[in-house]
Amino acid sequence: MNILFILVPLSLALVAFGLWGFFWAVGSGQFDDMESPGWEVLRESSTPDDSPQ
Amino acid sequence: MNSLCFHCSEPLGTSRLVAHINGRDEPVCCAGCRAVAELIAGAGLEQYYEVRSGRPQRPDETVLADDAWSAYAQAGIAAGIVSSQGDLDRATLGVDGIRCAACAWLIDRMVRQCDGVVRVSVNAATARVHVEWRRDTLNLADIMRSIARAGYRPFPPGDSRVVERQQQERRATLRRLAVSGFGMMQVMMFAFAAYSAQIRGEAIDPTLLEFFRMVSMLVAAPVMCYAGLPIFANAWRALVSRTLGMDVPVALALLLAFGASVWNTFHGNTGEVYFDSVTMFIFFVTLGRFIQMSVRHRTTSITDALARQMPAIAHRLENDAAFDVPVATLRPGDTVLVRRGEVLPADGELLDAHAQVDESLLTGESAAVHRQQGQLLSGGSVNVGSPLRMAVTTLAHASTLAHVVSLMQRAQAQRPRITAAADAASVRFLWAVVSAAAITALTWWFVNPARAFDATLAVLVVACPCAFAIAIPAAVSAAIANLARRGVLVTHPDALERLADVDRAVFDKTGTLTRGQVRLTRYIAAQRADPAQCLAVAAALEAASEHPIARAIGRAGTAVATEVVTVAGAGIEGTVQGRRYRIGTPQFVAAWHREGAATLAPPCTGATLVTLGDATRVLMQFELADELREHVPDAIGALRRQGVLASILSGDRRSSVAAVADACGITRRFAACSPQHKLAHLQSLQQQGHRVLMLGDGVNDAPVLAAADVSIAMGRGTALAHASADMILTAEDLNVVPHAIAVARRMRRIARQNLCWAAAWNFGSLPLAALGAIPPWVAALGMSLSSILVVMNATRLLPRESDDKRRADATRWASLSPSMAGGVSS
Repeated sequence: MNILFILVPLSLALVAFGLWGFFWAVGSGQFDDMESPGWEVLRESSTPDDSPQ
Repeated sequence: MNSLCFHCSEPLGTSRLVAHINGRDEPVCCAGCRAVAELIAGAGLEQYYEVRSGRPQRPDETVLADDAWSAYAQAGIAAGIVSSQGDLDRATLGVDGIRCAACAWLIDRMVRQCDGVVRVSVNAATARVHVEWRRDTLNLADIMRSIARAGYRPFPPGDSRVVERQQQERRATLRRLAVSGFGMMQVMMFAFAAYSAQIRGEAIDPTLLEFFRMVSMLVAAPVMCYAGLPIFANAWRALVSRTLGMDVPVALALLLAFGASVWNTFHGNTGEVYFDSVTMFIFFVTLGRFIQMSVRHRTTSITDALARQMPAIAHRLENDAAFDVPVATLRPGDTVLVRRGEVLPADGELLDAHAQVDESLLTGESAAVHRQQGQLLSGGSVNVGSPLRMAVTTLAHASTLAHVVSLMQRAQAQRPRITAAADAASVRFLWAVVSAAAITALTWWFVNPARAFDATLAVLVVACPCAFAIAIPAAVSAAIANLARRGVLVTHPDALERLADVDRAVFDKTGTLTRGQVRLTRYIAAQRADPAQCLAVAAALEAASEHPIARAIGRAGTAVATEVVTVAGAGIEGTVQGRRYRIGTPQFVAAWHREGAATLAPPCTGATLVTLGDATRVLMQFELADELREHVPDAIGALRRQGVLASILSGDRRSSVAAVADACGITRRFAACSPQHKLAHLQSLQQQGHRVLMLGDGVNDAPVLAAADVSIAMGRGTALAHASADMILTAEDLNVVPHAIAVARRMRRIARQNLCWAAAWNFGSLPLAALGAIPPWVAALGMSLSSILVVMNATRLLPRESDDKRRADATRWASLSPSMAGGVSS
């Protein structure tokens, strides 16, 4: 069972990474509006300069 | 044959207008809807109609007018709204009328089509649009006009800090939810290994167990210090203000359980650790707070409400020339011009001989009011007659509207709070636990000092009121989620408990029981009169007025009226195609004739009568009425079966109130009530010991809504009514009101079951723990399981998946069928 002493810290590192990713997503406003962005796909043309900046 | 408007999905009434959408003809109810629908289709955005989930507002003609927004092109007026950077201008605008995500998409597309727009973002949750554009090609007026042309009303936001604060709160709560959620899963993983070993009577390798405990502590620490922070902050605030809430014993128990676990982690293997219970409890509490916060944020604040109600721009007259100025710069004594359809910017004295104003927002009276020179006009009412001049007497913040707001705030403050009882309960609970722990410690100290610490700790942990503390919030959150799906937004969660006790329901009439819009319900032509010709004449005569006939018939006829004379409060006289006609009250038209009946047929009850006649006889009779919402009698019947008696409290005339009351089967009715009367009536009901539910929509209802035990504002009602209500009805169907009461009663039953279970667990296990009969791991597991049980019981309040799917299918069909039927019939 000694492998646990490596695997458990590894899993904690993964959790920390996931949390960091979530914090970044919240901070950049991705959870501010959960409805409107789903409608982006309905845009008829998606030329590169039309994408949100 | 379908009878709903293609754009706003309201009944067509007698409208014969059609909009040309992609080669098909779709029926619409008014010229405004036609303009918006054709514009949307013309811009290639007709997908909006297939995917929208909410009905849009009927577009207002004053919003669609091209010159309505021109004032915002002036630098002086735009200065307070627009900020500049380089050659770019940017502004954040509030938008009235956003119902669903499809609206946000539509606005995004409309604004983006303006040449020179660099960036647009529309937030459907906060109803805000952020736009950036190149200053040399566009101005603020163009942006506002493009939003208005899609049928939405842009307004300069009142206080942007409110929205920012809400965003900060939402982000912080989401982060706390993630930390406690991840932490809970991690800690439970290690705790599960230890529990399963103990259940099977096996021993885990002591070094591994110690390692697990260290890791659990490492994970639980941020959950405590970061995610649990609001609990401790609330408890601290309660302690400082000397009001013991449930937060205090909970915070104390969490600190004790966490402290004891840390102590046991560092001092050998004898004691138990409770990291799993601590993290799980914090997660449940954070989840409940997140749900309640999300619903609360979807409703408007009071500052926003005022910004929507009052115009931002006034036309100040200086030497007979009108200058557009921000309303904030108006001073008493200024002369202001108010054009037809505009909102009066402040209270003032009428300078012209006559004026027709619609005060329905303030008084509930549905018909226009006639005012004479020198009489006072209230800010917030609408000019429905010819342009008027008025002298400002009071500033906007001291106007009648502001007075209603202060009345509302006072009523809100006076409402009895039920928290006092909860405070007293938690104080008793705290004393019981502390004395039980003290007795245990003392007794064990004399019997066996070595076990005193363990037993005392077991007592304190077992007595942790965690299940207690979430017994009610879990049920409340589940009920809020259920109601939100049915179209009831609960803004004050403690109102749900009061809703279960309600035994009287008081309805406002206009806009609550009825649709709030006067429509042409019937017209009858005289013998030997051509109906089409009569309609054209009526349309021509009414073209100059804001009268509902004009809107219902639209600009169908090409005939033009000349030599038009308007007789205030009576009607209009004019010449169409060489003949003289009169349209107006039956008395006004009949006064022209020497004999003959004033009407052609007895009118329906509650309808307002308008007749059209020439010099010899009455040609056509129009009946106008405010239609009842669908299913209102059903809803009233369902309420009666629940033991809730309905009554009407309206500011409107006696006859129209009686007609509506008869149609819905309500016997208790009170007409011509001012906001003060309504408030007094409500308070007398409350003094008789009744629990009153109030439903309303107008500004005049706001104080009553705030004073009622529970209040529900209509979704299409004014923002001010929203701000003062406990719940907001976004559904059109009043049947959700009995549903909401049923859910509230079920919620109360489930909350009581939860409380009983929590009490049974806490007090049943306390003596056992005091005797040292409960192994510490059973105490820890039991504590977690009792929280889970309480939460699971509360999930019974959530709407079932099957119900939801069936309803979604039904609404989907309802929204699709008008366009399909329209396609077939053309």
